[in-house]
Amino acid sequence: MTGWLGPEEWQAVALSLRVSLWAVGLSLPLSILAAYALARWDFRGKQLLNGVIHLPLILPPVVTGYLLLLGFGRRGPLGGVLEEVFGLVLAFRWTGAALAAALMAFPLTVRAIRLAIEAVDPKLEQAAATLGASRAWVFLTVTLPLILPGVIAGAILGFAKAMGEFGATITFVSNIPGQTQTLPLAIYTFLQVPGGDGAALRLVAVSVVVAMAALTVSEVLARRAAQRVAGG
Amino acid sequence: MSLQVEITHPLPGFELNVGFEAPGGVTALFGQSGAGKTTVINAVAGLLRPQAGCIALAGEVLYDAQKRVNLPVHRRRLGYVFQDGRLFPHLSVRRNLTYGQRFAPQGATGPGLDEVADLLGLSTMLDRRPGALSGGEKQRVAFGRALLARPRMLLMDEPLAALDAARKDEILPYLERLRDQTGLPILYVSHSVAEVARLATTVVVLEAGRVVRAGPAEQVLSDPAMVRQFGLREAGAVLPAEIARHHADGLTELAISGGRLFLPQMDQPEGARTRVRILAHDVIVADRAPEGLSALNVLPGAVLSLREGQGPGMIVQIQCGTDRLLARITRRSAEALRLAPGRSVYAVIKTVSIARTDVAAR
Repeated sequence: MTGWLGPEEWQAVALSLRVSLWAVGLSLPLSILAAYALARWDFRGKQLLNGVIHLPLILPPVVTGYLLLLGFGRRGPLGGVLEEVFGLVLAFRWTGAALAAALMAFPLTVRAIRLAIEAVDPKLEQAAATLGASRAWVFLTVTLPLILPGVIAGAILGFAKAMGEFGATITFVSNIPGQTQTLPLAIYTFLQVPGGDGAALRLVAVSVVVAMAALTVSEVLARRAAQRVAGG
Repeated sequence: MSLQVEITHPLPGFELNVGFEAPGGVTALFGQSGAGKTTVINAVAGLLRPQAGCIALAGEVLYDAQKRVNLPVHRRRLGYVFQDGRLFPHLSVRRNLTYGQRFAPQGATGPGLDEVADLLGLSTMLDRRPGALSGGEKQRVAFGRALLARPRMLLMDEPLAALDAARKDEILPYLERLRDQTGLPILYVSHSVAEVARLATTVVVLEAGRVVRAGPAEQVLSDPAMVRQFGLREAGAVLPAEIARHHADGLTELAISGGRLFLPQMDQPEGARTRVRILAHDVIVADRAPEGLSALNVLPGAVLSLREGQGPGMIVQIQCGTDRLLARITRRSAEALRLAPGRSVYAVIKTVSIARTDVAAR
């Protein structure tokens, strides 16, 4: 495969996979928590939280990227703290690309998981509680297995979104080959230079294959999980 | 072990205000739909927080509004059997049954999986999923699941209401075994007089959020004042009995306090204790021992009370030995026989009018 793709192209593909996996890995637990809170809890500011979660979906990605730059840049309030306390630099690094992708994927995963949680009959959770299970156990042994198809669907959706993220990434962490030049950014860059069409097309093919593979895997996993849940 | 309930809670249209005590055995919470039965049982389970009052089990406070005690559901250790089963669809029957075991305290004793599967006839379906079970089987798994969580008491909210008559008859014997073999107190919510008559040792009658009558099942069921609550067609007395003899012609002879009863063949062995329900509209009242009658059961007794209804009928309560029978007759007959409290009469009951389901293990 490395023979078919040039080193620069291969770099972009590998970077995109790494960024997207990290993005999904980071946002998934938080998505489940947020989806659970929105589906099951009543608290003040619920509508506000819902709005904030959905912001990246409705804002122009460039705006999201710029806000990230303001907040998480080296001179930004959060970026400064992260660098001082954890030695973690986000601006113009692949870590920043992962954060941007995670943020953009977040509303999609939350929506998918929230639908799954709303489909779980709370009466089953009540039944588990009467059998002695605490809230945490009820979640782990009843809710989570039942929403697994939704979690998988959400994860795949988030992964696809992260793979394709362009605007927020280029605004926040720029377009540095090997560091922040993900697949879409690389395609865009190749299209800007004369004679880059071939490389761009190869990357487009990779994009299509990765997307189809992700979709297939998610279908299979979700079907398996749904079968477990439905019994039979 | 007894359960004390004393709660107040607003419900749409009326206020629930109940107080009762459930001793051991099966305490039936009886009432029409909307009387507040489910609210009471949910408050006991901890699924609903009543506005005021207190709930205690064997001296331990589960809920006390004034002292701000509210033990969480999962620490109450009350096995709840819901009307709709609520089995976990993603777990096998075996793992449904054992779900509560890991949460039971170390020292808690009770029957094991094999024993419960045996008791409820589930041994052959342990590896199946709930989706592949019939309604009756699902409900049996629900009983077993509640039982295996090692509860201190069982709560049952109309556990048979979603099943057809045949399934009910299939499950009732299992419930009787559950009651007799585990010795766990059971709070049983129902609006079916037949179920209550068959299972309950104590009956609490609920009407529009109030307890209108509570006491031992035999007394409450044979109380003429309760006929309206139980319904004219369902009203009837429950008598304790002992199986005296199985006769060759297919009849079983029962000894009751006021004499002998002949019933269609029963399964239990001679000497077994049982209970029999005699519906008020199956009893004929005579003022002298009748002759030349096909009915086999003629019990001597004395009129205890007469109660007029709205229509042409009335309810006669007859003392028969230490038991009390109810008879539903017309006012015209009551006048013709000059029935009055203290008058000796004979209660006549057709053998075949006592259905198999009216006879229960005790």
